[in-house]
Amino acid sequence: MRDGDRTVMTMANDFEGAPKEFAVVIPVPTFLARDQIHVGDKALVDHLDAYSAPRLVEYFDANPCERRMFDSMMPFAAARAPAAQAKDAASLAKALGVTIEATYTVGEYDILILSAQQSAGLEAWLRQNGYRIPAGASEVIGTYLKQNMRFFVAKVNLAEQARLGFSYLRPLQVAYESPKFMLPIRLGMVNAAGPQELFVYALTRNGRVETTNYRTVKLPTDMDLPVYLKHSGEFASFYKAMFARQVENQDGRAVFLEYAWDMRWCDPCAADPLSGDELRQLGVFWIDGGESRPPNVLLSRLHVRYDNAHFPEDLVFQETGDRSNFQGRYVLRHAWTGGDTCSAAAEYRRAVDDRRAREAAGLASLTGWNVADIRKKMGGAVPVRAEPAWWERLWKK
Amino acid sequence: MADPRLYQLGTLASLLVYGMGWLDFDITISRAALLLSTVLATQWTCDRLARTRSPSGSSARSALISGLSLCLLLRTNRADLAALAAIVTIAGKFLIRAGGKHLFNPTNGGIVAMLLITNQVWVSPGQWGAPAFFAFLLACAGSLVVNRAARSDVTYAFIVCYAALVFGRSLYLGEPLAIPLHRLESGALLLFTFFMISDPKTTPDSRAGRVLFAALVAFGAWYVQFRLFRTNGLLWSLAACATLVPLIDRLVPGTRYAWAPPRAASTPAPALRAA
Repeated sequence: MRDGDRTVMTMANDFEGAPKEFAVVIPVPTFLARDQIHVGDKALVDHLDAYSAPRLVEYFDANPCERRMFDSMMPFAAARAPAAQAKDAASLAKALGVTIEATYTVGEYDILILSAQQSAGLEAWLRQNGYRIPAGASEVIGTYLKQNMRFFVAKVNLAEQARLGFSYLRPLQVAYESPKFMLPIRLGMVNAAGPQELFVYALTRNGRVETTNYRTVKLPTDMDLPVYLKHSGEFASFYKAMFARQVENQDGRAVFLEYAWDMRWCDPCAADPLSGDELRQLGVFWIDGGESRPPNVLLSRLHVRYDNAHFPEDLVFQETGDRSNFQGRYVLRHAWTGGDTCSAAAEYRRAVDDRRAREAAGLASLTGWNVADIRKKMGGAVPVRAEPAWWERLWKK
Repeated sequence: MADPRLYQLGTLASLLVYGMGWLDFDITISRAALLLSTVLATQWTCDRLARTRSPSGSSARSALISGLSLCLLLRTNRADLAALAAIVTIAGKFLIRAGGKHLFNPTNGGIVAMLLITNQVWVSPGQWGAPAFFAFLLACAGSLVVNRAARSDVTYAFIVCYAALVFGRSLYLGEPLAIPLHRLESGALLLFTFFMISDPKTTPDSRAGRVLFAALVAFGAWYVQFRLFRTNGLLWSLAACATLVPLIDRLVPGTRYAWAPPRAASTPAPALRAA
């Protein structure tokens, strides 16, 4: 959520290791008090994802798109060192030029807000405290420290997690006020093996959100595609291939807009719009609890695949005044399979053949797949139900 | 030589075609037509009202340059706001004047005024992307060659100061050089540098004044962008610094610029001699 200088950032991620291995280290523009940090409900992010997911015009029970979430966090594996005494920790930190500005336990997370004189000190401190910091992180950390940014460090408190009874990691939320409307991605790229995947769901009041230092490109939409994509798994693999192809077309340097819509409605709806209560939990502070009117909230869903070579600097955003709606929508047109009785049928069949050829070519150009393979998957001509011969209809048996 | 504005018109028009055809600029043909016809109509009306005597077609060229720049920069969902922006852009030239010349670069003034009065217009500085950059750079460099008359000193001074500030900050923070390079590889920055700040009608008259002006604009833009963390630092800074031009002209006076030398003049204007 972003409105004026107010930001509520909800961070979910697809970390799959053991909870004790999980840690997060992110630069934040301001100090965060205990009340500015919250552990949210994972279902909220899932709902946002489902609502804004690219859709086929036919509806399916399951979300066809892969589920990945907003992960601006960089999960560092945190092998736990024996817990140091609290007093020692503070003095040790001081010796390294690191100031522990605050420590909180929020939900299942232990959280530290750190500031430091020098990046080397902070890196050393993190290492001593069991964070596996990749080589080279120090330089990146230094550039944030020089901008007076704090570091938000979170680990899972296993005892608390057991007490609360969650088997998965809930998203962390932070609320702050700062003119900086950006997402630090550089730290996460330090030890990344390949490109990383990031989804940004922005909730705003005025208009769509876009990046100001990278191109924001709308994904191709409203295409007629072969009907075989409705089979399980096909749409997801189409979308994956299409996205990869578009990234390539943009030379790996663009951020993609997948969805931008007024939250009061949708057409077609991949999932119901979020309720006022859900939106408020995600940070939409301008919704009044008792309000009966639908909220004025615009959701932008951005999808970016980034690596160091193509995304040298952090993502910087702006809220535009654009309220036009956009969605990834793909159309499956089922051919009529009835018998060949009307006079226009032959013409219709030719038109269908042409359309199928166009669908195959369109799919090939969107995904880079081989046309011949697509044709094979589409099968031969549209099956036609066998009509009884004319004489069979004369004398009913 | 021919009016340098013809080259500008050609470049801006090709950039617009490229932006609309290949970079998915959020502007339709009908919106572009609306902006261009509104700037022309406003210019014609204002010329009539102010009884300006300019060589035939000259004011239309300036208006078209402003119109094309608006097409490249200004975005809005609303046609009425687009038309208003076009009117403000041109009318501002006639209404806000100091020392016998208009104060704001028309497009800059128009866009900044619209950004101030409504949140339904915006500028998308990221939409150019890197692949377009080098072709664009070439076109802009071409404008320097053709435009020698049009006081390129302000362009050079600005880009040197701005690059120094952007690189300086990155060096101070210890950022890799890819970061400042990426920031300078921006189509929006090029458009600003070669087609907006270089406007000879709204920059100070003397060379020293123009260099000072360029440095102030560069600092302001950098400050807005990297200290206040706001978008469109270039546009805000140019508008703010434009209000200082009368003062700079008083401190460091120079010769006023004219697009084409008067026919009767026995000596060409100094700025045109090189051409």
